[in-house]
Amino acid sequence: MSKKYDAGVKEYRDTYWTPDYIPLDSDLLACFKCTGQEGVPREEVAAAVAAESSTGTWSTVWSELLTDLDFYKGRCYRIEDVPGDKESFYAFIAYPLDLFEEGSITNVLTSLVGNVFGFKALRHLRLEDIRFPLAFIKTCMGPPNGIVVERDRMNKYGRPLLGCTIKPKLGLSGKNYGRVVYECLRGGLDFTKDDENINSQPFQRWQNRFEFVAEAVRSAQEETGEKKGHYLNCTAATPEEMYERAEFAKELGQPIIMHDYITGGFTANTGLAKWCRKNGMLLHIHRAMHAVIDRHPKHGIHFRVLAKCLRLSGGDQLHTGTVVGKLEGDRQTTLGYIDQLRESFVPEDRTRGNFFDQDWGSMGGVFAVASGGIHVWHMPALVAIFGDDSVLQFGGGTHGHPWGSAAGAAANRVALEACVKARNAGREIEKEGRDILTEAAKHSPELAIALETWKEIKFEFDTVDKLDV
Amino acid sequence: MPFTSTVGDYQTVATLETFGFLPPLTQDEIYDQIAYIIAQGWSPLIEHVHPSRSMATYWSYWKLPFFGEKDLGVIVNELEACHRAYPDHHVRLVGYDAYTQSQGSCFVVFEGR
Repeated sequence: MSKKYDAGVKEYRDTYWTPDYIPLDSDLLACFKCTGQEGVPREEVAAAVAAESSTGTWSTVWSELLTDLDFYKGRCYRIEDVPGDKESFYAFIAYPLDLFEEGSITNVLTSLVGNVFGFKALRHLRLEDIRFPLAFIKTCMGPPNGIVVERDRMNKYGRPLLGCTIKPKLGLSGKNYGRVVYECLRGGLDFTKDDENINSQPFQRWQNRFEFVAEAVRSAQEETGEKKGHYLNCTAATPEEMYERAEFAKELGQPIIMHDYITGGFTANTGLAKWCRKNGMLLHIHRAMHAVIDRHPKHGIHFRVLAKCLRLSGGDQLHTGTVVGKLEGDRQTTLGYIDQLRESFVPEDRTRGNFFDQDWGSMGGVFAVASGGIHVWHMPALVAIFGDDSVLQFGGGTHGHPWGSAAGAAANRVALEACVKARNAGREIEKEGRDILTEAAKHSPELAIALETWKEIKFEFDTVDKLDV
Repeated sequence: MPFTSTVGDYQTVATLETFGFLPPLTQDEIYDQIAYIIAQGWSPLIEHVHPSRSMATYWSYWKLPFFGEKDLGVIVNELEACHRAYPDHHVRLVGYDAYTQSQGSCFVVFEGR
């Protein structure tokens, strides 16, 4: 039945609040935490979010009638209280699949977190979670290699991988930088990493860094008999320069490159991920700028959404916080989103902050990277929290060793293996951590000194963003 | 008195990946790891190689993977049989996970010379 054109301003809820709607398997579902301006009813706020993030505009327009807008509109189908919070509420919105271009995370975010976040009827708005329909997931390439292939390429099995960021993060010449890489890798690390702000500065141009690092990796590999890698940061001002750097890393026979996916952007990331798939290169993903977006409990985008988006856009390793170190992140929430990186199906579980069942189909998994302010005493907790499919990265905890980076690396490797061995033997490694590390230190002077060096350091601040329970 | 630095000299060691930085596992510790592999539902698998080829992706299988083997004693005997047959080879034990097509566990039990 055709409709009549009726000019003017309608209330959003007349069109976009549909509590009887049953979402389709093919719908993209989103949960927003909404905080409206005083006096605006919840249904109107929620409907406005649905409208402004899909087909709606503030006024009725004649050209809507040229199409069947009911087929394309986003709908708010449920409103829920936020536990312990009177001013905010959750709005669940269903978007038809046809609103989004296949394989484009950029397009999804442009709609869902676009203009609507500046909308005046809202005080705050936070995108808590997205349920991507399998029909959309199958249009994304996802991780260039995935966890299984990365293990096969690097010959690392049955334990978390071990890495560290090269320090000082800025100011070393290419040759000095390569020296630090070499020291860490010969000491027993699997990977070293460019710091995120190392790109191609005057003190160390990228080509020079890549050459010295490649030699360091090669030497360490020959001397230790183990596979090694260094995340060569290809993040650059333009995609063309990124590809040029990636090509050179490949030419040097390096196994892994790196990208900063939020500052670089999703389009750049997806492009580089596709290059990695084609060229047999692993891709490490840093997340600079995430805390600007995800830290405020009432405004922005939760990191679980950014993590899901990265898995779809493509990356083989993603930083997730450490739970125990110097950076923000509580344990249950972190477990919730590392599941989203690694599992093929993640059930709804509000105690972990997962608002929807999420079926990842056959998409490869992403290693969770724990990095930032961690040291050897944290090892038992890290192994327990993150499990084997993770990369544990100790920066200060490697280079800060009194004997230098190689000894620091060895201390961490001994501690890691002692924890894995104990876990497999059925010991409760978090409870017995002290004993396990102390026993292991009897055979390793490097570990004994590391335990002595860092024994007093703790990072005990409360998290700013907690689960709403 | 001559000055001596407290800094130690870290010597690079050639290692064979997981558990390469621990002292050789004792008999009991090896049993614990085999029990873990079996408890995870993984299939034990034994591989060996001459030390000159230790970085190769493919080591030789000892027989075939022991699909579905739940008896710890069987695996211990097979490890020893492999070591007797190839005394100068590295021998490693793998917990093979057919679901992921990966190795849930992998470590060297006997080091060759």
